[in-house]
This record gives sequence, C-alpha cells and structure tokens, in this order.
Amino acid sequence: MLTLQCPYCGVWAEETELHAEGEAHLKRFGPGSDDADFESYLFMRENPKGVHFERWRHSHGCGKFFHAARCTMTLKVFGTYPAQTLEPPQDIKDRISETYPGWTWRNFK
Amino acid sequence: MSTRLSTGGKYLNRSDQRRFTFNGKQFTGYEGDTLASALLANDQMLMGRSFKYHRPRGVVASGAEEPNALVNLGTGGTFEPNQRATTTELFDGLTATSQNHWPSLEFDIGVANNAMARFFPAGFYYKTFMAPRAAWKHVFEPIVRQSAGLGQVPKDRDADTYEHFYAFYDVVIVGGGVAGLQAALAAGSAGAKVLLMEQTAHLGGRAVIDGGEVDGKPVDAWVADAGETLDAMPNVTVRLRMMGAGVYDHGYVLGYERVRDHDPMAEGPRHRLWRIRTQQIVTATGAIERPLSFAGNDIPGVMLASAVRDYVDGYGVSPGDRTVVVTNNDDAYRTAISLKKAGLEVPVILDARASGGGALADEAKGLGIRVETGKGIAKVKGGKRVTGVAVCAQAGEGAVLEEIACDAVAMSGGWSPVVHLWSHCGGKLFWDEDQAHFRPDPNRPPTSHDGKGFVIPAGSANGPMDLAEVMGDAHAAGLAAAKALGLKSGKAAAPKVAPQPEAAMEPVWLMPQGAGPKLRMKAWLDYQNDVKVSDVRLAAQEGYESVEHTKRYTTLGMATDQGKLSNINGLAVLSDALNQPIPATGTTTFRPPYTPISFGAIAGEARADTFQPLRKTPIHDWHEAQGAFFEPVGHWRRPYCFPRQGETHSDAVNREINQTRKSVGLLDASTLGKIIVKGPDAGRFLDMLYTNMMSTLKPGKCRYGLMCNENGFLIDDGVVARIDEDTFLCHTTTGGAERIHGWMEDWLQCEWWDWKVFTANVTEQFAQIAVVGPNARKVLEKLGGMDVSKDALAFMEWKDGQLGGFDCRAYRISFSGELSYEIAVPASQGRAFWDALLVAGEEFGMMPYGTEALHVMRAEKGFIMIGDETDGTVIPQDLGLNWAISKKKEDFLGKRAQERPHMTDPSRWKLVGLETLDGSVIPDGSYAIAEGTNANGQRNTQGRVTSTYYSPTLEKGIAMGLVLYGPDRMGEVIEFNKVDGSTVAARIVDPVFYDKDGEKQNV
Amino acid sequence: MRRYSAFAIAREAARYHTGWERAWASPEPKKKYDVIIVGAGGHGLATAFYLGKNFGITNVAIIEKGWLGGGNTGRNTTIIRSNYLQDSSAAIYEKARSLYETMSQDLNYNVMFSPRGVMMLAQTEHEVRGYQRTAHANALQGVKTEFIGPERVKELCPIICIDGPRYPVLGALWQERGGTGRHDAVAWGYARACSDMGMDIIQKCEVVGVRSSGGKVVGVDTTKGPIDCDKLGLVVAGNSGALANMAGFRLPMESVALQALVSEPIKPCMDVVVMANTVHGYMSQSDKGEMVIGGGTDGFNNYTQRGSFHHIEETVRALVETFPIISRLKMLRQWGGIVDVTGDRSPVIGKTPLGNCFINAGWGTGGFKAIPGGGWATAELIAKGEPGPLAAEFGMERFIEGRFIDESVAAGVAH
Repeated sequence: MLTLQCPYCGVWAEETELHAEGEAHLKRFGPGSDDADFESYLFMRENPKGVHFERWRHSHGCGKFFHAARCTMTLKVFGTYPAQTLEPPQDIKDRISETYPGWTWRNFK
Repeated sequence: MSTRLSTGGKYLNRSDQRRFTFNGKQFTGYEGDTLASALLANDQMLMGRSFKYHRPRGVVASGAEEPNALVNLGTGGTFEPNQRATTTELFDGLTATSQNHWPSLEFDIGVANNAMARFFPAGFYYKTFMAPRAAWKHVFEPIVRQSAGLGQVPKDRDADTYEHFYAFYDVVIVGGGVAGLQAALAAGSAGAKVLLMEQTAHLGGRAVIDGGEVDGKPVDAWVADAGETLDAMPNVTVRLRMMGAGVYDHGYVLGYERVRDHDPMAEGPRHRLWRIRTQQIVTATGAIERPLSFAGNDIPGVMLASAVRDYVDGYGVSPGDRTVVVTNNDDAYRTAISLKKAGLEVPVILDARASGGGALADEAKGLGIRVETGKGIAKVKGGKRVTGVAVCAQAGEGAVLEEIACDAVAMSGGWSPVVHLWSHCGGKLFWDEDQAHFRPDPNRPPTSHDGKGFVIPAGSANGPMDLAEVMGDAHAAGLAAAKALGLKSGKAAAPKVAPQPEAAMEPVWLMPQGAGPKLRMKAWLDYQNDVKVSDVRLAAQEGYESVEHTKRYTTLGMATDQGKLSNINGLAVLSDALNQPIPATGTTTFRPPYTPISFGAIAGEARADTFQPLRKTPIHDWHEAQGAFFEPVGHWRRPYCFPRQGETHSDAVNREINQTRKSVGLLDASTLGKIIVKGPDAGRFLDMLYTNMMSTLKPGKCRYGLMCNENGFLIDDGVVARIDEDTFLCHTTTGGAERIHGWMEDWLQCEWWDWKVFTANVTEQFAQIAVVGPNARKVLEKLGGMDVSKDALAFMEWKDGQLGGFDCRAYRISFSGELSYEIAVPASQGRAFWDALLVAGEEFGMMPYGTEALHVMRAEKGFIMIGDETDGTVIPQDLGLNWAISKKKEDFLGKRAQERPHMTDPSRWKLVGLETLDGSVIPDGSYAIAEGTNANGQRNTQGRVTSTYYSPTLEKGIAMGLVLYGPDRMGEVIEFNKVDGSTVAARIVDPVFYDKDGEKQNV
Repeated sequence: MRRYSAFAIAREAARYHTGWERAWASPEPKKKYDVIIVGAGGHGLATAFYLGKNFGITNVAIIEKGWLGGGNTGRNTTIIRSNYLQDSSAAIYEKARSLYETMSQDLNYNVMFSPRGVMMLAQTEHEVRGYQRTAHANALQGVKTEFIGPERVKELCPIICIDGPRYPVLGALWQERGGTGRHDAVAWGYARACSDMGMDIIQKCEVVGVRSSGGKVVGVDTTKGPIDCDKLGLVVAGNSGALANMAGFRLPMESVALQALVSEPIKPCMDVVVMANTVHGYMSQSDKGEMVIGGGTDGFNNYTQRGSFHHIEETVRALVETFPIISRLKMLRQWGGIVDVTGDRSPVIGKTPLGNCFINAGWGTGGFKAIPGGGWATAELIAKGEPGPLAAEFGMERFIEGRFIDESVAAGVAH
C-alpha cells in the first residue's frame, strides 16, 4: 500500500488515489523508426530489481501524471517529479546514490 | 472435573448471569466469561474434534492462539463456523455447536481415522489413492473432503452489516497490555496523535493475572490509572475489541474491530475495518506460551500453564481438581501457586531443568507443592479427558518412574514473542539463545517510503518477559516513536518496577529428550491439523528439508491458528532432525491477518445495490418506471429494451426497431462520452489522436473518427464536432469516456507537453437524446424552435439553438441509418426535455428503444461497434475503414505499428457481411471453418462472426464477420460452426444490408 | 525409486515409517551438464522431466536459488483449465490439462488432479458474446467446453447468487474437465521423478552470472561455484528480467505482484471452480475445506511478494456479492507472488539472443495450469533447438511483428 507525494498538488496520495502507468522516460518511436527501436519503445522494459523510474497518475486527485523513483525491492521512494522532463532531477539521483552507489538505469546513473 | 470456583474471577461480573446452549444443552455463565471459560465452568472440557484424526479436543489456551476450541456459533443469518470459544465473549442467548464430528461430539465415527493414524502419517495421501485413475475425483477426494473441513457451511445470507473507517494517526499502538499502555503514555504525552488498540475487552493483558507492582501500586490498579490517564488525553484514542490485523507497506495498518459480537442485539455494524495510515507502529503484542511435546499432550485437560492461570484467576474456573504442572521455566510456577491459592491440588511440578527454578520455585515449595527437577512426562493417560501422567527423567528415553493421577496438566515450554505484525512487512528476526525464541532484530525493521523503520516492538513482543524490563522497554518504544516524529519527550516517566529475577529457562523440544518413535507418534505439535513430532521428522527424512517444504508436506502451522502454538516447536524438531541450528532453519513467512477476519468486514458496505457505484443518466428513473430491462455497461445500467405487457425481449426489440424505421424512436444516448478538446493546438492534437484528419474539419461540421493505440489496434470511435476554431467536442463510446480522456491527458502531459491544449470530460454535464426515424424532423418541428430543416442543419452538421424552449445543441448524426438528430441539453434539463419529446412524438407513435435495437440497427447499416467488430486485435484496415485513415498525415498514434509485417499481411481477416442461406441467425461467436487441421491438431479456420442478429427490417438473420480475403470473395458460401458440431452455410455479402446509398439518413 | 502405494504405506507403518527414502537427492553440482535449467519451479522441473522422458537427455541440473516449488508454483490458486480463445493458447493449455489427467500415475505421486469443472461467469451481454465465441473456438480446438445458462450454473454451484441486483449471472463458459490440483505435489512429483532419472536438483544455489562466448552460453556462475553447460534454459518466473539482465538481453515483460487468500476451512459446499471476471474474483474450495480466492494483479513493478490490501478488498467484495454465504467466513491468510507479464499477457517460450539459451517465462497469472504443457514444449525447444508446434507461436519475435496472442479479447478474461 504505497503512498506517493504528487509533485503537482503536494498531496501525499494513497495508492488508491493513484494509477500506475508503467515505465517512465520511454522515448516514442513513430513512423520511419526501425523495428528494434519500435519494439523497444513498446515492449522492452527495464523491470529492475532495485531503483525504477515509473509513471503514476493522480487519477482520483488532480489528474496529473508524474514520475517516481522507487525501489522495487524495498518500495522505498526516492522522490517524485513532474512528467514534463526527459531526465530525473539531480537531487533524486543523489538520493538514490546514497542507497545504491553506482546505480544505473538505462542511460541514467 | 472442571468447575466454577466459588470466589475469584477478575473479569467476571457475577451479578449478571447469562444463559447459553452448547450442542443443545442449556448452560449458564456470567458477564465477562468467554464461551471457553463458561464451558469449563460447566465441566465441558471436550469442545471439538481435530482435523485429520478426529481426536477429542479440549481447550488448550485462553486467547487468540487457541487451536482446538472452535465452534459453530449462532443460527441462520448470524451463523458463523470456526469461531474460537476463547475469544467469544459470552452473551445471553448464545448458541454454539461443536464441529467436525458425526454423529456427535462424544461419539464420532471419524475417530476411526485415529485408530488408523499409523497408516496416515504426514503426506500419506501423496503416496496412494492413485489407482484407478478416476477414483481420486469420484471416491477418495469426496471422502477426504467430507472428513476435513471443520465448521459447517452457512446457509443464509448474512443478516449483519459492516463498515469501513479511514483513519490517520502519528502512532498506532497494537496491544493494550501494560507495554502498550506505557508506550501510549510515553508517545501521547510527547504530543503524538495516538491510537491504541486492544483485541480483547479489557486493558492490562497478562499482567493483570500475573500480578506485580508498578510505581508502588498493584499492577491492576496501575492499569486502571493508565487507562484513565489515556482517556483524558485528547490526542489519544483507545479502542477495545480491536485487533491489529495486518501491517502493510508505507505505514498502512488494518484494524479489525468487533463492534458488537459480544452484544449482537445492539444497533450498528457488526465489524468495522479500519484502514489506517500512520507514521509509526508500536507492536506491544505480547508473547505466546509454547506447549511441550510429550506423548498425549493433546488429550483434553492438557493446557498451557498460563491459560490454566487465566481460567482460575480471570474467570474463577478450575480446569481440574488435580493439576500436574510441567515446565522448563519459572513462569509456570505461577500457575501452581495460583491453583494452590485457589484451594486446588497440585500433586507435582515437573521441572525439566536439572537445576530447577528460582524464587518462584521456592515460593511454590513454601506452599507445600512437590517439585521434581530433571523430570518430565513420558505420557499422558486418558482418552477424552486426562486421568494421569507417567513421569520420567527428561534426559532418558521415557522409562516410567511413577504414575500420578490428575485430571489436568498445565504445561509451559517457554514464551515466544508475537512477532507477526513486525514481520508482515519485512521486519527480520533473530534467534535469542537464552530465551529460545525468535524476536525482532532492531537493526532490520520493516521500512517505509523513506527507507526508515516504521515499526517498533515493545515489551514482551520484543523479547523481555520480566515486568520491570517490559515496562522499561515499552517506555523506550513510546519515546522512540515520538522521536521519529520529531517530538520531544513529554512528562511521562519510566515506571518504577522492582525486577523479579527468574532462573534461566532451558529449551525442551521433546519430552523426554530421547523419546523413541512410539512416543514421538503421540507427541503433538499442531493440535488442530494433527501434526506430530514423528511427522516433522518424517518430512526431514524424506528430503522435505526447507521449513516451507515441511510445513506444506505435514500441514504444520496451516490450521486456523496459523501455527501460533506449533511453529517454533515444529521448526525446532525439524532443526534437530536436520542436525542444524534453529536459525539456519528459519521461520515460515508471517502473513496477515494476525487472526482470521471476516469477509463481511473486508467487503464493508459494498453489497447488493451498493456493491459498486451506479451511474444514472438524467432519464434513468423514467426508464425504471417504464419497466425497462437493463444491462450493465461499465457502472452505468442502460435499457436493453422496453418490454410491454406480454412481450418477450426479442418481441420488444423488434417492435422498437420497426417503429423507429417506420416512424420515429428515441434513445437515451447520455452515456456516450463527451470530451471537450480546446486550445490553439487542438486540431494538431486530434490529428495525432485520430487516424483521420480532424484539423481540416470546419466549425459547425461533424466527422466520424477512429482512434488506435500505439500497437495500431482500434480502441475507440465516435463523432467529432468542431465547435469553433479552437474547440472540438469528441464523442467516445460509453465504456471509453474515462479511458479516452485519460489517454488524451497522458499524451498531452507526458509527450506533447508544450502543445497548448486543454481537455475536459463533460460526459455527465449533458443529457443526449437521439430522435431517430423518418418522422424525427416532424417531432422536433412540433417542439418548435431552431430550424432543423435539411438546409439549415444538414447531415453531419451541428447547431446550437432552442427546441421547445430548451437550450440545446443538435447534431445531425446517425448510427441507425435513419434521419436522426442527437440533441444535447444540460443534464438538469434532460428529463424535462425527454418528457417534452414524448409529448411531441405521441402522434407519430414515437417510442423509446434500447441498446439491443441500437445494435441491430447499426448492424443492418453495416456500422461497426467497438467491442464487437473490434476486440483489441483488430486494426481499422481489417474493417474496411481505410477511408478513415489519413494518407496525408506523417504520423498519428498507431501508424508506425500498422506498418509492421503482420499488420500489412494481406491474409488478415477482413470485414464482410454474411447472410445465411436458410435465413437463420448465425450463432454468436461462430467461426468459419476451413479445410484440415493445424500442427496442433486443431481445425483450421478462415474467419469468424463479429455481430449476428435477426433483422426485423430484412426479416432474416444478418451478420458481420472477419473473413480471410473476405472482400474479394463476395458471393462465396462458407460454413460457420455450431457448438454441437454442425455448421451453417452463409454467403459473403456487402456488410451494408440496409439503405446502401445512405438516402434515408441524408434527407 | 521405491514406488509409492497403499502397500508401501502399510509396510512402512509396521516400522514407524523409518524406512521411507528421500523423495529427491540433494547433490552438489558437477562441473558440467548437457543442460542446465535455472529455476526448480513447476515449469523448470517439468522441462527437465520431459527432456529426460521424451528426449533421453538426463545429464541435467536444475538450479534453484531457494527451495524447489517455492515460487509461484507454491503460491497460486491451483486452477487448471484450457478454455482459451486463441489457437496457440488453447493448444498448450489443453496439452497441459490432458497431461494433468494422468500425472499422478505418470509420476507415481498423487498430485490430486480434480477435474471438478471450471465455470467462467458471464455477467454482461458482452461477456456472454465473448464466452460464446470461446465455446465456438474450443469446439474446433478439441477443447470440450460449453456455454451454459444461469439455471445450470446454479445447479452446478448452489452457493452462487445468480440474481444479484447489479450483475445477475447470464450464463457461463463451462469446462467440465477443468479443475484443480495440489500445487506443491506437482513440483514434488516432478522433482522426485527427475531425481530418479539421475538429474541433479540443486537447491539454495543462486545464479549470479551467465557466462557466454561468441553469442553462446558456456555456463553459469552460482553461489556454489561455476557450472558449465551445453544448453541453458531460463525458467524463472518472477525473476526472468534479472536473469535476462545477467545474460545481457532485455525482455518484453514486467514483474508485478499477484495476490491470493484462503478462508478458514468449512465442510464441502462447492464442487466447481468459479471465475467471475466482470467483478474480478475467482474461488474454489480446497480438499481441506478452505475457500481459495484470487483476483487480478497489482499495477506496479514489485519484487516484494507483498501486494496492496485494496486489491484484496476488491476481490473479497466481488466474491461476497457472488457467494453471499461467505460473508461470515473469515480470511485465514493472504499472500503474494511475483508474476512476469508480457506485452500481450501471453507467455514466451522461445529462443533468446544467445544461441543455446532458451526461455520459458511471462506466464502472468496463468502459469500453474500450464506446467506440464509448458515443460513439454520447452523441453522440445531445448532438445531440438527449434520450437515445436506447441511453442511455435510463443517466441518473442511476435512483438516485433505485431502478432499478438491476446486472450483478453474474449471478455477481458483473467488467466
């Protein structure tokens, strides 16, 4: 039963207020992209044991989509941040490093 | 015999007598009794039968850990199986029956299993019952099932109600014993918002019975004072009869409050499920005494020493006249002392420790009780009741030294902290060698969202058993909880308690230590499931070495007590058999709930009409009053048809269609999704969302559009109206409104966040009514208002105006092929507008139609339906909708996916119409068969039906389907399968059966 | 292997059962095997068993980081059925179901396959059409099912409320030869048979690395040291992503929690398995008398084997509505397992980017019922290096091609 803080409205939201929306920072590949890129965009997933970057929607609240950095082994939340970004903020990355020195996730580290 | 003592009983109110029945016999007890104590007071030691061997079972404990004394409670709508007698407070009129026997508790045929016990060791059923093959299902399994199962099946619907609470606290303290009280005082006085929950009806826990002094007061007086102090603190809530059922991630606690199980005639819900969020949890859940494993330790009359003490001092009941005490620790001496002080006989205390006990032992000896050290029980004598014990040396193999007559045995194998709640969410344990128990490892607590521990064990739940240590530990726990919240400690001081040192306990996992196979087969670990020492050893011998394997192979700890009494003893036996230390064996996983909680409580208020939210259109009540037959569509219920007197549903559907096609009908289309998309980039956005071009749509016009997901599959369709340069209104399917709105927001917020577009789901803001049929225009003209002529409002146009005095927006769109207007009015005007339409339409014989008529009419017209022609694997190209897929656009959602080889494969099944040769209706879901079979021996297919109806308009069966190369095979006849193995022949035809040129809708 | 029988039990009873031998050996790993299977769950053990039985390959190690059968094999709700819509699903699940029919005899271990019948309730018109479609498909696939009306539903399962105010039962898809089995026994029975064929089941041995050279696997590194192999099978539901990561490739799947729960045991009252997908819950009664209950998966990536309580609430609510008499029964225990869910929610049995490394994964919520079929197909894949007809459609390449095996299309059916 997770609680996540919505970075838009500031509410510490119950899991029941939220909807999980899958892996974050996927780059969309459209017409003209090659098969491998397109497959990767639609299907291939990091699915890590450890820190994961994922999308949530405050669906029974302000309705905003946001990102969370969360450990899939301990459910520790390193932070949440708005969806309008291509990369997690540095302070969240730093917080992850405190727990998992040398962590990587796709091209983030 | 067991009987009521003339005095004593701290929990009793002897002035309030209560009547109850057990197996039809009338008994009496007092307020404050549990069913177990009241039964004992009436010499009813035999309370049930075990699960596997149907052995006689008496009560062994006095609380939530009880495995044996389970009863069927109540009757009819308040009947409940498997209720623990030890946690059932006695009320006047209580009726209980014992379980798992036939024909009676005293004489149970099933006990034949016991005589055969030697042939039914752990896991015997995996090794037999295999031949002949059908015998398992038809012979053996029914016997096993009938023999198993414990309580009876409820027959009636539950007569009670349940409710859910949401609650938020800083600190939740589970357990209202002295540790919980002290922790609450410490955390509460620091200013934390505290909830203290206690599963029983009274505060104080074991200490009230065990005695001692706190702050110079007798402990029960201290408990009373502490309760009052907490009551006076505005930031502290204390709830009795409420159990901490489970701890979940991020500080979620489940509280299970039995509001009126003890008083069934009271008003209100029976149980209340509290869903609590808290910063810190203090588990002051106490400890549970362990049985000792000796032969015959399951015979009624053998009880936990602490339970014997509870019955004597708490309930004024003597479990027996002569009680032998057997122990490996000092605590059980308290039981002997209690018994003696109550005037009962204690023929001997058998202390397995060669060195014997400490101060408590001296006190017992001082009372004249015989104490034998280094001794144990070789076996208990008796059948349905203890008649005596055979004494042996603990160090030996069980040579009998002496037989002692008695009618009860009080045993104590030491204490195990209740670590369940600590463990539910990942808290780890370590093995305390001195006390021979697992206790919370403070360095590895369960962690919350911030990675910090959020559960703090307190008192004996944390290991300490001495009152002084318990109070000190609990105080520290309360302060630690406050500190974790950033609070400064308050006024509450650590209570002063004089330590009462006890001699060290010595672990005893088998009595006597060298007991051979014969005795081991009679030494019970799990009383309810009939798991013995020999069973666990057998599991180890056969290679079921993991503690989880042993548990599952023997069923140890899988009974309704979830191993509260048996697990530690069992894994100690397993460790011994594997010759490894106990921590290497480890424990099984602790899972919620702590003790079983009712499904009623979990379901809460949601049942019957309130099972799920019900969405109603503004016209819903009218439909209901007309006797509409409804179908669920999401949380909506939509009229399927409006049957009249004597009509079948299909009669009604046919009438509705005929009347609509002939004259005019009306449809409550309010459930259709309506989403406003607005902003300078709205057109650009919709071009990405829909397969066709939306940005070129002119204000005042409508266009039918398709939406695909990124896999290219068709997910929704509907008519888009351009309201003005910046504004579109997108209609979606009924089921799609919320999903599509979320889909839009997803792309706007996460991909094209620089585009200037807002969306709003206005589905429920408007009632939308379709007026359909050749006379539709006349009906509207009769209402009067805006010009609805062809010139003023052409097909696929919309216009704002007034009709019959109602502000409305009229769309010239048609899902039936008829002249059709869909008119939206504010939801608050919906019913009035509907009524006005009914009046205006009366002279045309206008009647409402339901979803089935809608479906048939659209199928006659060859229009696809999301969910029928599509199923999540269909692309628009399959449906002949290429005209709605823009060739000009570089990109739209799903375009890339539709370029994949499987999507462009010419052998994809394509949409066609189907007409049976005999006019019959092809069965729903039928497949078109092809020659031969595939590599897996399955019949080859070449298509399937997607929609199939009787068309009252064409007076024959019509269908749509997806067929291999279908559009190229017009006129060909193919066979569709029926479930009976026969087939029906159908001709491939154009999917538009009715008004192919669209002359009717465009008038 | 000494055969199990009533006679053997009688013989052992005479000597206090001191003569029973180990069900499976507990060997130390050898340096090299022909085939290493990672994962001693149902699918892994079944794969090994059919490698031996169907292809005579017995120089096999099955490596397990915990205890055999300790993953989803020992955590599911034990439902066995094959009433799937798509041909390829129906083929493999029906193969599995038919193997369950004779498994107790084949393994000489009573797995208690109980073909008591499985019904999937239709509670909306859409579901009725969906299940009628499945019934028609099944008729051509050799899977015996029928669509039955509400009266027959009530007759087969008297404790169902068929006329509830919100979602009255309109009918059901009924598979008479579906049912349940004893999940642990399936793992134990296969393990005993594999051990008897001379295969090494190595428990408490975690794979920590996959060694490869020139696009081929040469062995694995484990907590008990390096072990070489000619072929490698990854059969590790719930850990597939982690293993693939070690082997250097990604998978089209994510791991989420799936929860289940049981009630306290009561006398027999339900002799069928009922799945109610509109309201999201399914229930059967175990031989012990417990009502065994499951629902849908949680929504987020999770390896904790704990789920969120609101999903339990949703499931219990659905079942109290469907079976009103259970309201006063009590939940005894809830638990969770981690399942791998693919892009189309159907499994993957196929090749990987490493030539001699094969994978069986992504069963989502449907793994237990498929164990013998999945093992059969995976053994064929490993032995021949190419998928046979059962596995042909289940390769990962289907995602690039857009060739889904989507079971949810019928009526949003949970596995």
